[in-house]
Amino acid sequence: MSDPLFEYLCRMGDNTLVLGHRVSEWCGVAPVLEEDIALANTALDLIGQTQLWLGLAGEVEGKGRDADKLAYHRDVWDFRNVLLVEQPNGDFGRTMMRQFLFDGWHLAYLKALTASSNDQIAAIAEKSVKEVTYHFERSTDTVIGLGDGTEESHRRMQDALERLWPYVGEMFLSDDVDAAMIAQGIAPDPTALRGAYDTQLDGILAEATLIKPADNFTHKGGKTGVRHTEHLGHILTQMQWLQRAYPDATW
Amino acid sequence: MSTSNEWPLWEIFIRGQHGLSHRHVGSLHAPDAEMAIKNARDVYTRRNEGVSIWAVEAHHIAASSPEEKGSLYEPSNDKVYRHPTFFDIPDEVGAM
Repeated sequence: MSDPLFEYLCRMGDNTLVLGHRVSEWCGVAPVLEEDIALANTALDLIGQTQLWLGLAGEVEGKGRDADKLAYHRDVWDFRNVLLVEQPNGDFGRTMMRQFLFDGWHLAYLKALTASSNDQIAAIAEKSVKEVTYHFERSTDTVIGLGDGTEESHRRMQDALERLWPYVGEMFLSDDVDAAMIAQGIAPDPTALRGAYDTQLDGILAEATLIKPADNFTHKGGKTGVRHTEHLGHILTQMQWLQRAYPDATW
Repeated sequence: MSTSNEWPLWEIFIRGQHGLSHRHVGSLHAPDAEMAIKNARDVYTRRNEGVSIWAVEAHHIAASSPEEKGSLYEPSNDKVYRHPTFFDIPDEVGAM
């Protein structure tokens, strides 16, 4: 395993990079103008956070790779994002459900991270918390609005929840990289955040009249990089095509 | 397209700085007041334009009719004494 801190920072940066790219796919085609702009704002926030995480990762690695190099010159097996964020957008409801499930974890995790023993990490978390607080408010409102909406919107949200639920657990899995971060006081233990996440989730899903699936089976392999879903490769061909076709092009 | 399924129209007012008044910046669609504020945040304050947002459902705004402009505004045209332009303002006062 490479330096655990580098590995860890790639996980943080790849989550925001891949989700940011996914959300940006709505640009120009969202159901209404207001949502289009809101989604683009969210995507831009996430890409901004990516620059900080991957920028720091490159610094820690010390091999002259910057955020762009890490984003555009790595292949699928080097990515360390959780599987949830690479799942396809589906309909608008599924996109918002994915956002909601991720935001709940993201916000709690970043809040804990503001107490990191690493000042640079604490500073990135501090800045991100403000943005993600808004992401979570917005995705929560939308999940409640569509879940407790029309018959059709309710059905679509329930479908989305059932489809994405098996990807929630991975965000709370802890491994050797996490253990190294916890030991140095750099990052919190993700497993410790699960209880509060579930309590909050249950309250919101009840308001949205949605039923949480009983089965807690979880797919994994994204954050360790062992086994991504087939979707990540397709994202990268779009996201990286320019750097693949014209390596190191700048403008 | 039927209009009954569409979100209502909201007029958005934003205060740029403390001490200034809210200014109309445009309109947008939203299902309720809370989402109107959120949408206004995304549509109109992305470049740090505001410190406060008002959203008013467009049908709640009473507007004057353009045809009445004669009776409404013209009578003030020849009443220059209503403008305080006959005072010398000391430089120290700054912009008024």
